[in-house]
Amino acid sequence: MSAARWLSIAGVACSLAFGAGAAAAQPKGELTLLNVSYDPTREFYQEFNAAFGKYWKEKTGVTVTIRQSHGGSGKQARAVIDGLEADVVTLALAYDVDAIRVRAGLLATDWQKRLPDNSAPYTSTIVFLVRKGNPKGIKDWEDLAKPGIAVITPNPKTSGGARWNYLAAWAFARHKYGDDDQAKDFVTRLFKNVPVLDSGARGSLTTFMQREIGDALLAWENEALLALNELGKDKVEIVTPSESILAEPSVAVVDKVVDKRGTREVATAYLEYLYSPTGQEIAAKHYYRPRLKEVADKHADRFQKVRLFTIDEEFGGWEKVQKEHFDDGGIFDKIYQPGP
Amino acid sequence: MTSASISTLPRPPAQRATAEPALVRWLLTAVAIGFLALFLFLPLAAVFGQALERGLGAYVAALRDHDAWAAIRLTLITAAIVVPLNLVFGLAMAWAVAKFEFRGKSVLITLIDLPFAVSPVVSGLIYVLLFGLQGWFGPWLKAHDIQIIFAVPGIVLATLFVTCPLVARELIPLMQAQGTEEEEAAVVLGARGWQTFFRVTLPNIKWGLLYGVILCNARAMGEFGAVSVVSGHIRGLTNTMTLHVEILYNEYNFVGAFAVASLLTLLALLTLGAKSLVEWQTRRRPAESGSAAPDAAAMGPLTPVPLQPVSEKTRNEH
Amino acid sequence: MSQAARPDRRKRRILPGFGLSLGFALLYFSLIVLIPLGGLVVKSAGMTWAQFWSTVTAPRVLASYRLSFGASLIGAAINVVFGFVVAWVLVRYRFPLRRFIDALVDLPFALPTAVAGISLTSMYAGNGWIGRFLEPLGIQVAFTPLGVIVALTFIGLPFVVRTVQPVLEDLDAEIEESAASLGANRRQAFVRVILPEVWPALATGFALAFARSLGEYGSIVFIAGNMPMRTEITPLLIVIKLEQYDYAGATALAVVMLAASFILLLLINGLQRWASRRRPVCGD
Repeated sequence: MSAARWLSIAGVACSLAFGAGAAAAQPKGELTLLNVSYDPTREFYQEFNAAFGKYWKEKTGVTVTIRQSHGGSGKQARAVIDGLEADVVTLALAYDVDAIRVRAGLLATDWQKRLPDNSAPYTSTIVFLVRKGNPKGIKDWEDLAKPGIAVITPNPKTSGGARWNYLAAWAFARHKYGDDDQAKDFVTRLFKNVPVLDSGARGSLTTFMQREIGDALLAWENEALLALNELGKDKVEIVTPSESILAEPSVAVVDKVVDKRGTREVATAYLEYLYSPTGQEIAAKHYYRPRLKEVADKHADRFQKVRLFTIDEEFGGWEKVQKEHFDDGGIFDKIYQPGP
Repeated sequence: MTSASISTLPRPPAQRATAEPALVRWLLTAVAIGFLALFLFLPLAAVFGQALERGLGAYVAALRDHDAWAAIRLTLITAAIVVPLNLVFGLAMAWAVAKFEFRGKSVLITLIDLPFAVSPVVSGLIYVLLFGLQGWFGPWLKAHDIQIIFAVPGIVLATLFVTCPLVARELIPLMQAQGTEEEEAAVVLGARGWQTFFRVTLPNIKWGLLYGVILCNARAMGEFGAVSVVSGHIRGLTNTMTLHVEILYNEYNFVGAFAVASLLTLLALLTLGAKSLVEWQTRRRPAESGSAAPDAAAMGPLTPVPLQPVSEKTRNEH
Repeated sequence: MSQAARPDRRKRRILPGFGLSLGFALLYFSLIVLIPLGGLVVKSAGMTWAQFWSTVTAPRVLASYRLSFGASLIGAAINVVFGFVVAWVLVRYRFPLRRFIDALVDLPFALPTAVAGISLTSMYAGNGWIGRFLEPLGIQVAFTPLGVIVALTFIGLPFVVRTVQPVLEDLDAEIEESAASLGANRRQAFVRVILPEVWPALATGFALAFARSLGEYGSIVFIAGNMPMRTEITPLLIVIKLEQYDYAGATALAVVMLAASFILLLLINGLQRWASRRRPVCGD
């Protein structure tokens, strides 16, 4: 137990650590990309990464390893803002990608125009997952606000998916009851029915499926289909509401990072590959609605026909929505404030 | 009600006039064990129960997963850096505080505990504020291409913060109780400083030191809140074991989550075993260390801020 | 302890290494702990007082203080009662597996809090091992403030047991015996003799468990349900504010938590002084 021995142990440990750090540098003929994404895309990107790796190897002879990081969309954006070196971000909503531009200046202003379809290669929507046989008879949004119904959704302040949930409910109510005041009243009643507010989509799914809490789960369509097909056809079923929101998860190359790391070419190709038939096919397999017509047609039976509205036509864009609804002191906070 | 194991306590269990009636004894024991069962044994069993829910095959497969291995490796590397550093710090701090009198000592002793009292989330946050891209040193670090947050150094720093008092906390009461006479004698007899330390002090404190190291290691491997703020959650790269548990849990992979959790639980049990062994060693050979052998209280309980030995405190009052 | 060597202060600087050890320790401690924490305070100074005040007194934040402090207090109080019983039983009685159980008391300290969190949640949820018996009784634990209390009770347990245990072990049997011989019954002896001895240690254990619970995060996020105004703890709010890119808000809350921890530390220190002054220097 001599000091020298302790010091040597410390030395070895330190060199190990820095060795690990050095290993992150890019050797020739091999590339790494970091894709910072949101919660429910894990399985999709796992398969897509393998496909892209193969494609890129065939095309250029370079082996590309893609690392994944998943979490709540806001949390992931925050990590990139604070310096997590993501080559590409594939987040739940454009607002979070834009936050990276606004707060850290890592992206060009026109990022959303650089790729087709609003930079959203696949879409999804919000549906309900209910218990088998639908014992509470939940058919449409209005049923969720009825007394005695327990609704599970993540927290819109931390989860991108939950913001889509909230806005879909809001727009439905405005169409149905006429104005924003009625919509606010409806959404307030709906959220009074929420017993657990997890921080992310996956947390809510766990609460609903594993803890068996709640009568309805507001979920991404892809999550709902995944839960249904892989976890319990005998336990739950999907209810598609009369109308819902077109959720467009955005993807973007992080300019400052790829320029520094010299990965722009492969990062751009990675995102473009999402739009290719192969990429679209994998997206459809993981229950995302593909953009490409022929792939969409092929899988038409997977996805219920439902009237979809977009955030821009209903709410005039994310920035406005965020300020009015989700910022501190916004409408969502008021829902939880006791008082008149 | 004597157990088969050898009683190490000096006091005989039966205490005639001062013992409770058998019924009360029985009731109290039942209450204590019931409480512990509810809060300690069952969660423990739940971890292994859930991990083995789908059989041993699924359990082993979950542990052989590539990302699980990477998480285990990162956790081990982090502990391998953190423990020696905090060991050196603990020794230096304890030496200064226990062997010398100086102004501001009591303030320092209070400050040592700060990392324990601060929420782990806050301890992660401070490093983000310092080293994050939007933080004070962020732009400079970026210019020099040094990655701290969302990389191994950030995880190490956050863990260092959370665990830095542990070794010092174990050693200070112990070294205070032992006083300075032996070292002074060695110095008077001509021993050099380091000689005194290695020949006199270290043998006296080796069990306390080991105890602190065990605790420090357990905490370093198990830290969650602070690491979660600075990690970045890159699979196979910056996920420690505890973060990997959370990720698997969120992935709906319960067997995997509880399998990794069971490893951490085993580590905790091992820690407890090692700790009991150390305690047993110190109690078994009190005479060996020459002067004052620490008793249970001076060893410090397994708490961040153990009670100071009485002799030290009363001495200070004079 | 009484045989502990008493150093003579006049001779204290005979020993070498004071400058080196204190210098190194202070440098290390400053770099790792003090400067980063100081940075936090400085950062929060960037806000105006009005901004700071409105951030840390927003209704949702106040609700989180109520939960964090309330649940920590209740958890610590439960631990004072049951922790004392556990310590008493472990010190005074002999029964099979006693040493094993004794060692296991430290589990909450050694077990990663995240593991504790998912384990407790899986047990206390409506379909869990314990939850399924409580649910029919109308008691919901997981995802309610009750769940937070359960988790904090788990976290705080070793603190009370381990501060009380050595005091009980040192308790002089002779005092109890003489109390008994003077005609005091067991209850009187307990109230008049034992409790006054143990009381400072109990208070210290309570404060320690409370301080630890206040900052706890890992186990709570799983079991709390994280409902605004109802089951959000303050550390979670810090994380939520961070995820909304509200760095100033997160910093302000962190400063409040830091101040609370610091005050608690001072309190604990005072308690320990008081406790050790009250404890007699026991000899053999």
